[in-house]
Amino acid sequence: MDSLTTYHLTIPATTLRLAEVRSFVEKHGKEHGYSAEQMHDVRLAVDEALTNIIKHAYEKDSTKKIDIELEINSEKLCVTLADTGKAFKVRALKQPNVLEYARQKKRGGMGLYLIHTLMDSVDYYRKEGKNEIRMCKNRG
Amino acid sequence: MKNFTVNQRITAGFYILDLKGELDAHTASQLEDALKNLINKNQNNIIVNCENLEYIASAGLGVFMAYIEDVRSMGGDIKLTNMNDKVYNVFDLLGFPALYDILEDEKDAVSKFSENNG
Repeated sequence: MDSLTTYHLTIPATTLRLAEVRSFVEKHGKEHGYSAEQMHDVRLAVDEALTNIIKHAYEKDSTKKIDIELEINSEKLCVTLADTGKAFKVRALKQPNVLEYARQKKRGGMGLYLIHTLMDSVDYYRKEGKNEIRMCKNRG
Repeated sequence: MKNFTVNQRITAGFYILDLKGELDAHTASQLEDALKNLINKNQNNIIVNCENLEYIASAGLGVFMAYIEDVRSMGGDIKLTNMNDKVYNVFDLLGFPALYDILEDEKDAVSKFSENNG
């Protein structure tokens, strides 16, 4: 297995920066030969995870920071997002019932299902006041 | 970064929203404003043309989900058309085809609305 190449980016916790992070992930993934379809899945999973951190862990406090680490080799691509906000509770990961959601005018709760559906592995860590989510996609 | 726009036009008497670019948790408020604006004017037969929508995250789908019941309770509908495969796949993963009328082409939506109102 070839060695992992690592890229870092740190952003303030604001949805203004989502597009920039999607581009960052896509650029490096494509450089390493990942397909447009694979990178669409990764971009969406990273976007959903960042949005969860901004809205829930940091409650939209844009003075907080999110660290993004992208590790790539020819076999897999992993993205780790780290924040120092509220610990994250992973709820049931069933497909949301959108008919029920529409009746209740509920909007959230779809992101985690997407992340787990689009990525091959998703792990959560909590250490020393820091939350990490690590998501990997196999080259396949 | 301005990477999403919503334009409004009227075709065959129906309001059409043309989405362009990337719809995420940041840009979703633009779609929400456009939909609210139409609903406030009692325009409840709305077509959303997604031909130039390149990307959608769940925050964008959440906006659609939040207004569909209101529009239907007033006898209208929001019909989505001209989606590319990547965007449709996200709607499909979340089970949206059970909730929303997603059509190949804007003309199909105009025909359906015309039949119902005719």
